[in-house]
Amino acid sequence: MSVGTTYLDWNATSPLRDEAIAAMQAALSHCGNPSSVHRAGRKARAMLETARAQVAALIGARPESIVFTSGGSEANVTALAGFPARRLIVSAIEHDSVRVAPNATVIPAKPDGTADLGTLDWMLAADPRPALVSLMAANNETGAIQDIAEASRIAHRHGALLHCDAVQAAGKIPFDFAALGCDLVTLSAHKLGGPPGVGALVVTPGIDIAPLIHGGGQERGRRAGTENLPGIVGFGAAAEAARNALEAYSRIAALRDLAERRLLAIAPDAIIHATQTPRLANTLCISMSGVAASTQIMALDLAGVMVSAGSACSSGKVRRSHVLEAMGVDAATAESAIRISLGWYTAESDIDHLVEAWGALYARTRASAA
Amino acid sequence: MSAKPIYLDYQATTPCDPRVVEAMLPYFTEKFGNPHSLTHAYGREAEAAVEIARAQLAALIGAESREIVFTSGATEANNMAVKGAARFHRQFGRDHVVTLATEHKCVLESAKALEAEGFRVSYLPVEHNGLVDLVLLDAAIDSRTALVSVMAGHNEIGVIQPLREIGQLAKAKGALFHSDAAQAVGKIPVDVNALGIDLMSISGHKFYGPKGIGALYLRRRPRARITPLIDGGGQERTMRSGTLPVPLCVGLGQAAAIAHVEMAGEAQRLLLLRERLYSGLKARIPDLVLNGDLEQRLPGNLNLSFPGVAALDLIAACPNLALSTGSACTAAEIEPSYVLRALGLDPALAAASLRIGIGRFSTATEMDEAATTLAEAALRLRSGMGVTSLAVGIT
Repeated sequence: MSVGTTYLDWNATSPLRDEAIAAMQAALSHCGNPSSVHRAGRKARAMLETARAQVAALIGARPESIVFTSGGSEANVTALAGFPARRLIVSAIEHDSVRVAPNATVIPAKPDGTADLGTLDWMLAADPRPALVSLMAANNETGAIQDIAEASRIAHRHGALLHCDAVQAAGKIPFDFAALGCDLVTLSAHKLGGPPGVGALVVTPGIDIAPLIHGGGQERGRRAGTENLPGIVGFGAAAEAARNALEAYSRIAALRDLAERRLLAIAPDAIIHATQTPRLANTLCISMSGVAASTQIMALDLAGVMVSAGSACSSGKVRRSHVLEAMGVDAATAESAIRISLGWYTAESDIDHLVEAWGALYARTRASAA
Repeated sequence: MSAKPIYLDYQATTPCDPRVVEAMLPYFTEKFGNPHSLTHAYGREAEAAVEIARAQLAALIGAESREIVFTSGATEANNMAVKGAARFHRQFGRDHVVTLATEHKCVLESAKALEAEGFRVSYLPVEHNGLVDLVLLDAAIDSRTALVSVMAGHNEIGVIQPLREIGQLAKAKGALFHSDAAQAVGKIPVDVNALGIDLMSISGHKFYGPKGIGALYLRRRPRARITPLIDGGGQERTMRSGTLPVPLCVGLGQAAAIAHVEMAGEAQRLLLLRERLYSGLKARIPDLVLNGDLEQRLPGNLNLSFPGVAALDLIAACPNLALSTGSACTAAEIEPSYVLRALGLDPALAAASLRIGIGRFSTATEMDEAATTLAEAALRLRSGMGVTSLAVGIT
């Protein structure tokens, strides 16, 4: 990272872990298609299966459950399109790749940032048709951690399947696929220190899912296409490193809490979202009242501090967060919310930089208002 | 091992060109921004790199940048094109797709998925040389045909189809023309406008770019419209959602830029190498059969039948050669290639066939060694000595 810049947009993407770089360099220098039967192909296959075991270990799944995809969006779309006979129920705080699922009914969110599971129970009881429920493990904008174990109990009680988008949670909090009772889970490599362009859909063995991408029968017929071997190998190495560093990750919360305290000390009228619920250690969603998110982001960018106004996926447009809206946050407050997300390289000096830049903007806006 | 095996499987995958790796590396590490995070410098730097790559790829195929949609590879692009075009045009009464029996599995499987949705699909046979019968094709396309999908250069037999003529036939009936050009782009000139192609699938790792990236060319004027396969965040002008893998995009762009400059000379060189290998084999095995047209063919491909020799035994007898019987996607299957069967080969001859792919890093010495090794092994197997004398020279 260049001097004078502070990257605090880790929920958008994270830098590659050293372990992933090393693994990928080895894979990039090896030419072989894992589906080829010759020696080069067999070596590629072995590398692929090692990575599969590493990714499976991160979430306590069996290796054969892992279906590698091109990323989280593809995995989400595959999961939701994979059960045409089931009706879809998705939460109001999901990522766009889940929210766009056609004909889905929506589980409302509560003001604390969690999905209203009581309503989910009622929705499933009211309509006996088989359903697929999709609920993310942790929200990308607020960091709010959802009660996946409870959601899966409710879903299974009504004969529904549970899909969990764990893109933001995996590698940040302990996430045990089997213990939580998920039927399907989405993972993304670049959110946990692996390369972009790789993800996985985890499918409980025995669940029959229709493929989104048809073809050569790779990934046991569940996802066609030549495997992105260097990417997958990098994903495996990153998953293993993330698993080993889980405990250290929880310590990022101290820095995040420090940032919160200092920002609130400067601006007592600022609002921090989803504080009444367990959050990811690295995520902070804050509204500076009366100042548009785009203004804050531009001012911070000029000062060399990189944050975002929620999801990066909306092609650069700053628009009001559907997550905050679903939580019942009023429009003015939602429009002044920015997302600050930390990572394993974040240091206290980065927090200083953030507080200084944000504080300067706050002082300017309050001075001009006075 | 004494040496790395000679790589003769360039249609399965190609090594990443070192210049491509070099271009990609910074975007894995210090330039790691999300290209959709346009609110800060890291994101904008990543986005600029993606747009340069898009322009490089567009230039290679005579397209405009905004006609390029990045995908995870050619398989996704083919799924997106075939299913997406058919699904979109059904509302206009077009519920029919025309393709060839010899297309890549992912096109055929996509077509099969469409049949399950109620579409009609015509799978046309090919001539003995692997080329499409244009009279048959013309007769198959009707006013309800949404899409004609024909591969540009074949992954097993290397044949190059008459794309311009196919494009004209499709256009005359108001159908879109899609071509799976995964094996052709970067190897032979493919100009989407000169050939009348509306949608075209491209793969990075088939022309010295990285795995995990490809593209779908989508014509803008007149617009080739499709229903997206992966919906969500709205990236790629809503045609393909998901965070773009910047290093892979950069690698694909660099591979395209290199191919743009070097393709013509490389094709000349590969033709000479291929001739050297083929004549070396033919001299020792006079009844060797070449599958697929020799003239209309990718310069780096041979597909040969060794009568009386089981191809899998031949591969096993040549451990210093990396060879395949056909498409890697179906390499583990025991059945002989459906492509060779479509050319009219009987099952025995089809099972006696090898695909040989040569490419950028192949050398004349390798061709000579491969010819000697293959011919000796084939003659040995044919004379009934079996595979007892193999494993010479490997440790």
